[in-house]
Amino acid sequence: MDMRVNIAGVEWKNPVTVASGTFGSGAEFADFVDLNRLGAVTTKGVANVPWSGNPTPRVAETYGGMMNAVGLQNPGIDVFCERDIPFLRQYDTKIIVNVCGKSEADYCEVVERLADEDVDMLEINISCPNVKEGGIAFGQDTKAAETITKAVRKYAAQPVIMKLSPNVTSIAEMAKAVEAGGADAVSLINTITGMKIDIHRKSFLLANRTGGVSGPAIHPIAVRMVYEAANAVKVPVIGMGGIASAEDAIEMILAGASAVSVGTANFYNPTVTMEIMDGIEAYMKEQGFETVSDMVGIVR
Amino acid sequence: MARKKENAVVLSQEKIAEDIYSMWIKTDAAGEAKPGQFISMYTNDGSKLLPRPISICEIDKAGGSLRVVYRVTGKNTGTEQFSQMKAGDIIPVIGPLGNGFPYERAEGKRAFLMGGGIGVPPILELAKQMNCEKKQIIMGYRNEETFLKDEFEQNGEVYISTEDGSAGTKGNVMDAIQENGLAADVIYACGPTPMLRAIKEYAEANHIECYISLEERMACGIGACLACVCQTKEKDHHSNVNNKRICKDGPVFLSTEVEI
Repeated sequence: MDMRVNIAGVEWKNPVTVASGTFGSGAEFADFVDLNRLGAVTTKGVANVPWSGNPTPRVAETYGGMMNAVGLQNPGIDVFCERDIPFLRQYDTKIIVNVCGKSEADYCEVVERLADEDVDMLEINISCPNVKEGGIAFGQDTKAAETITKAVRKYAAQPVIMKLSPNVTSIAEMAKAVEAGGADAVSLINTITGMKIDIHRKSFLLANRTGGVSGPAIHPIAVRMVYEAANAVKVPVIGMGGIASAEDAIEMILAGASAVSVGTANFYNPTVTMEIMDGIEAYMKEQGFETVSDMVGIVR
Repeated sequence: MARKKENAVVLSQEKIAEDIYSMWIKTDAAGEAKPGQFISMYTNDGSKLLPRPISICEIDKAGGSLRVVYRVTGKNTGTEQFSQMKAGDIIPVIGPLGNGFPYERAEGKRAFLMGGGIGVPPILELAKQMNCEKKQIIMGYRNEETFLKDEFEQNGEVYISTEDGSAGTKGNVMDAIQENGLAADVIYACGPTPMLRAIKEYAEANHIECYISLEERMACGIGACLACVCQTKEKDHHSNVNNKRICKDGPVFLSTEVEI
């Protein structure tokens, strides 16, 4: 049995990575998870300069999930390259750097800077609902998404994964747009924009008013969107959205994901990625699957 | 690697004031716990997934158990579910988390140990472990339900303030300091933000070393999600911006390093 997957020319030892923003740069989880076991570590989004993020409260619990508006706080690409890349390189896992920006030039600057760094893949975040400019602005319009993909592709030395937002009318059209722009893979879904009101204080629970809903409650939405995207494009789809167990991950793979990212579940069960990897392996053994790709998208 | 979410076992549960509960749990977290640290407590309800960060009230290393004293924050809340647990029930936890109070800084000094509301409990273990010349414990409550007061009295001089004046000084902990003419060389405090803000101001005006324990909503409790940040005066080395993580870099901060 072979757990390896090939995502846009990069071989991962298994199909499990973590969703950007839920795992820090890996160091935060090193006490809990053997990072060597992960197919890849996807880092917290990094911009050309440090970002302070949004005011607090930045998170709220929702039924079967949570909502966040952290606002992409990050230390900037310089500190990231000096500190976080060497840390992750100590481990036998692939490094996917999530890139955020406020303008096309911001994204390109980070991507160009990373061209000389020892990282394996780039994930371009055009789907964060919690920053006013950039982010989602590129992720809700097919033309803008295609244009930004083309732009970063020009500077990228590593395969480019475009991370898509669920806050769109047609995820298939968005996936096709970034594929047309040269994306090597797509990942989805980012969080779903939500709002929560404190009825006693009569105010918004999050300082940002709106936030991205994540966690098990959104899993069926993510499965549906992964299915639609996978059937619309030829490039590999990395599926995420509410994965909290091996069963959730397998569902996503059967729907068409070539690999999966575990997000919010890391927050409340820091060792969940290892349970999921073991669970996928057990399922493959039990069901007689020789390779992960034998499972991808077989439910049609 | 080695840490994980652990199934702790409830040893006892007691209501000690209106909405305030005291629970002892058997947990590996007791082994390394220090005063001022907290544990993440989880419900067994799949609709409520995030941890409730609860401060450690007492540590029994020999018995491998911790005491938490917590407030039920409303109907259908996670804390209400905790309050319904009974001896023998399983409660998932991660801990100990955070830095804790640097109580060794009080050696040979006159100290204030100040708690307000649900910030009172973590001061108990601090009072038990601290060696100092003068241990002045100043606790602020809403009313005459002065929970843990008897236990504080076994560990130092106790001064009480109540909002409604039903016990001790009427007003807040700062009023109690003034009314009793108290003075200190070092301060440790936990409580609501307005109280901590007043203590921070007082400490800085009087050039007193002061440690305050902050709280904020958390999603992970282990320094990854960046939800529970507080503003710092200087740029923080981890974030590279003026933000520190309350769960990981705190919850206890030197008053002069944070803006609240």
